Amino acid sequence: MAAITLDNLGKVYAQGSRAVGDVNLDIADGEFIVLVGPSGCGKSTLLRMIAGLESITDGQVRIGGRVVNDVEPADRDIAMVFQNYALYPHMSVRQNLAYGLKNRRTPRAEIDRRVAEAAEILQIGPFLDRKPRALSGGQRQRVAMGRAIVREPAAFLFDEPLSNLDAKLRGTMRLEIKALQTRLGTTSVYVTHDQLEAMTLADRLVVLNGGRVEQIGTPLDVYRRPASTFVAGFIGSPAMNLVPAAALPFADAPAGAVVGIRPEDLRLDARGPVAMTLRAVEELGATRLVHGHTGGQPITAVLPVDAPLGDRLQLAVAEGAVHLFDATSGKRIN
Amino acid sequence: MIENRPVLTLLAHLVLILGVAIVAMPLWVAFVASTHTATDFMSGRVPMWPGPHFVENYAHMFGQGVSTSGTPPIGPMMLNSLIMALAIALGKIAISITSAFAIVYFRFPFRRLAFWAIFVTLMLPVEVRIVPTFKVVADLGMLNSYAGLSIPLIASATATFLFRQVFLTIPDELTEAARIDGAGPLRFFRDILLPLSRTNMAALFVILFIYGWNQYLWPLLITTDPKYYTIVAGIKRMADAVDGLPQWHLVMATAVLAMLPPVLVVVGMQRLFVKGLVETEK
Repeated sequence: MAAITLDNLGKVYAQGSRAVGDVNLDIADGEFIVLVGPSGCGKSTLLRMIAGLESITDGQVRIGGRVVNDVEPADRDIAMVFQNYALYPHMSVRQNLAYGLKNRRTPRAEIDRRVAEAAEILQIGPFLDRKPRALSGGQRQRVAMGRAIVREPAAFLFDEPLSNLDAKLRGTMRLEIKALQTRLGTTSVYVTHDQLEAMTLADRLVVLNGGRVEQIGTPLDVYRRPASTFVAGFIGSPAMNLVPAAALPFADAPAGAVVGIRPEDLRLDARGPVAMTLRAVEELGATRLVHGHTGGQPITAVLPVDAPLGDRLQLAVAEGAVHLFDATSGKRIN
Repeated sequence: MIENRPVLTLLAHLVLILGVAIVAMPLWVAFVASTHTATDFMSGRVPMWPGPHFVENYAHMFGQGVSTSGTPPIGPMMLNSLIMALAIALGKIAISITSAFAIVYFRFPFRRLAFWAIFVTLMLPVEVRIVPTFKVVADLGMLNSYAGLSIPLIASATATFLFRQVFLTIPDELTEAARIDGAGPLRFFRDILLPLSRTNMAALFVILFIYGWNQYLWPLLITTDPKYYTIVAGIKRMADAVDGLPQWHLVMATAVLAMLPPVLVVVGMQRLFVKGLVETEK
């Protein structure tokens, strides 16, 4: 267990394209950090730089106070869970779990103890003598996590571990990962493009865009006060409405600003300031998504299922729910 | 597609049977010839059914060989062929899997050059380079030795490429997982790559064993001591009887025996062989 520090971390590929730039992050011991962003934002590269699978061209990575820029992945005291599980197909589950320990010359009895313990935690005991190909996706994912647990490393690195699972299983596994991490208290860095996973798992979120950090904060902070239009549009589902100030004249915004309002902060109100022309309705069961236009701009609201709908709706905005952003830089201004 | 047209089925079977007959006929004639006496076969009417001299002819080949053409009994020749074929097959697999490992997993200066150099050797089969190779082997004093029989045939571009393709199908994540698990290059090679290429090695072994067993020109050139005659080259020497007629019944008996080991290898390793050629999932 250890803290991880990223110091002005950057990566430029040999042909000159920049993948990651100026990342500064202090990860506390035992903290669960989620790196989130759209594909190509550099989040996986960043994780692989911490793991040592990708070379570092600028800055430093420190794990437990030790600079590890030039340390082999095996000697960084980290364990990684891969998207495609990366289990050794010719080894049984038991051998898969034990392989890393065997290479480190851990005594036989100690290996057996840790494997049994991990199997117990992850409930994969009955499969220990099977080959990975005889397991389902969820079971394989458990084995991949088991391989990380038995190492008892300073940090877990997760590279989109749930993206190959179906939606239902993803939900359960998400809970299990969270419970596991809380129980073991191991520092974790988790990469995902799924904002729901990011919100539910993270102690702190790191939102990345184009290789740079857009915002770092707890999930609620990021949700309540997104630092830029990018974060505002990325975190939260359905995405925040981002409309030029001219289309929402009531919002008391400086000219040229962008106004952001979360769909769930809109409600029906005959005297409300937002006039919406209805275009489409999506039923979600508990609520419904109402899509339309205001002042020529698309806008979405989350409304209760019993709300009366017509071609034109008047909507009010919840108190303090207006976010203002600079139109050119995209940065938050209120 | 499920169809039931008896005429088509019949036609298909006829074509297949014809094909089998064309392939099997010479083998049958060879076997029949090996069970007659020399004169039966030379009488002008080639017998089509096995004769009564099976035991006698084969016993003769195992016991004394054809002394007139200077070939030893068949046993030692088979053993020589086996040693040569095994050395070539195993040597080729060992050399090519390690060179493929180097080409795929290591970045070193002149890697592309090495790659193309291996590629170019595809264009230089034994027959093309036989004179210089003979010179080299002779100068190294390897004439009439097992080393001389096998080493010049061991380098193999084809096998290197096959293993390269196999390695390229192994996902990068697996390599990275092994790196994080603390497996250095050699351990990775031994614990991950070798087991994963097991079926490919088996498939290659079958092909290369037959290639080695069937070597004809090279053993003929470099062996003058009957102690190192291989069976395929031995057949040629038997058929070249200088004074007197070739003992065709004995030549055929030898040919039939020479066919057996490759057949056994193919039959015995068929399952692995097919798996190695078609299996893609890693």
